[in-house]
Amino acid sequence: MDYHTMRAFADSWGLLAMLLFFISASAFVFRPGSRDASAEAALIPLKDDRDER
Amino acid sequence: MRHATSIVSLGGFAFLAVLAAAFAHDTAFANHMWVLAIVLVVFVIGLLRRENFQRAAPIDQSAYMDGPIRFGVIATMFWAVVGLLVGVVVALQLTYPELNIEPWFNFGRMRPLHTSGVIFAFCGNALICTSLYVVQRTSRARLFGGDLAWFVFWGYQLFIVMAATGYLLGISESREYAEPEWYVDIWLTIVWVAYLVVFLGTIVKRKEPHIYVANWFYLAFIVTVAMLHLVNNLSMPVSFLGSKSYSAFSGVQDALTQWWYGHNAVGFFLTAGFLGMMYYFVPKQANRPVYSYRLSIIHFWALIFLYIWAGPHHLHFTALPDWAQTLGMVFSIMLWMPSWGGMINGLMTLSGAWDKLRTDPIIRMMVAAIAFYGMSTFEGPMMSIKTVNSLSHYTDWTIGHVHSGALGWNGLIAFAALYYMVPKLWNRERLYSLRMVSWHLWLATLGIVVYAAVMWVSGIQQGLMWREHDEQGFLVYSFVESVAALHPYYLIRALGGALFLAGALLMAFNITMTILGYQRDEAPIGGALPSLQPAE
Repeated sequence: MDYHTMRAFADSWGLLAMLLFFISASAFVFRPGSRDASAEAALIPLKDDRDER
Repeated sequence: MRHATSIVSLGGFAFLAVLAAAFAHDTAFANHMWVLAIVLVVFVIGLLRRENFQRAAPIDQSAYMDGPIRFGVIATMFWAVVGLLVGVVVALQLTYPELNIEPWFNFGRMRPLHTSGVIFAFCGNALICTSLYVVQRTSRARLFGGDLAWFVFWGYQLFIVMAATGYLLGISESREYAEPEWYVDIWLTIVWVAYLVVFLGTIVKRKEPHIYVANWFYLAFIVTVAMLHLVNNLSMPVSFLGSKSYSAFSGVQDALTQWWYGHNAVGFFLTAGFLGMMYYFVPKQANRPVYSYRLSIIHFWALIFLYIWAGPHHLHFTALPDWAQTLGMVFSIMLWMPSWGGMINGLMTLSGAWDKLRTDPIIRMMVAAIAFYGMSTFEGPMMSIKTVNSLSHYTDWTIGHVHSGALGWNGLIAFAALYYMVPKLWNRERLYSLRMVSWHLWLATLGIVVYAAVMWVSGIQQGLMWREHDEQGFLVYSFVESVAALHPYYLIRALGGALFLAGALLMAFNITMTILGYQRDEAPIGGALPSLQPAE
């Protein structure tokens, strides 16, 4: 694969693949039921009481 | 005989270093190998003195492994003071050229000592120790790999010492933020892989089902830095016992590789890793969950996908193809979104707890750090726009921008994390003095404001002087006239840096006293309620 084919691939399919991944990752964050799951995940650092005195 | 293997292998490596010095291809390499041999012998002596021939007590596998983190905190504090001190020295060298002491202490060798000192020694140690602290506490698991974490800590310090002494001896690849030569690069690769194994292994054996978002940022930082380091340092040594190597790339490809590395060192070392710090320590100190966890996930993916393309904006108006320059500019501008999303997420974590700003100087320091993050990530994309860049490129404006980000964002959030961790790591009730934290914050903020403001003035003046031409098209000023005009600004810049250094010295004192177990007798911040007066 020479430079030009690689570049053409990168600015077409490569770009599209990354865009689709990003859109689906963002959409996944707003899936039904994610509100409770993320509210719970946000509490992870606060749940740890081994440090607290 | 806990350290037997380490002692024998370190002694063996010290012997090999002496051999390498004896058969060296060039003097610089020989000197550098002598430095290595001495450092390794010091390690061996240190281990011998700590050796214990009794059977070691069994390790409590349910407790967190905090030894390397305590050492990391002290190393962070130490390198912060060293790196900032060298920064003030180089600022004075630019102001008073007589301070350049040849050959070891001239500006060309001291500048990489400063940049590597603050980025890799200070920020790197801060990242390693906070990441190992956070990953254990959010995974509820002890560090993976046993003593491997100690190897990561000491191996990284060896890398710093070898890099720093190499610069002073004149050994440099001349690649910005990647100056160490090939053999030091190989050593860093080994240490970094061990770091990845410790971090990832801890995540794998976690007891918490979800991987908290701070760990996503830390992991992105570790993995991306490994990739950047490997590609940017592809080079061929002249001799296997020599200090010189040549890059695998040449010309504009080499420049683009370098700035792909250089900008992502900012994006992943100084941004992603430090956002991991923000997403753990701000909620902890405020005792509130992050404002929006879902926003933090989108922040993560957007930052990862955009940052990696922004590097070409360092090569505007060069031989780099125009499309690549435009690509770098467009992606830099798009970075406004995740940067500000992250800033809002960090600041809004305090919503409902804003009163803490009055009473808790550590929270205040975190808020100042996030505000500087917002300001410098606004300024950066603006400077990447070609029209702005034609004025700002190669001027002190860039230096001012870097420092508002590095001192304001990285410095303050790392200091705040240290202030949070130290009482917990050493089992102290509180810090030695909270009022000193407040002094530190104001000294640092004033220092940054002086530094950034004076660099705006000097940078814009420099840019305007370089492009000023008369009606016949001749340049009005020679280059050296623009240098002479900057003298007062350089003096004020050194003052700004000295203020920031003074704050760091105060922190070093405060943390040392906390570790030693002292508490300063002082009135609590926020004061007591005014006593009620009877009505007349």
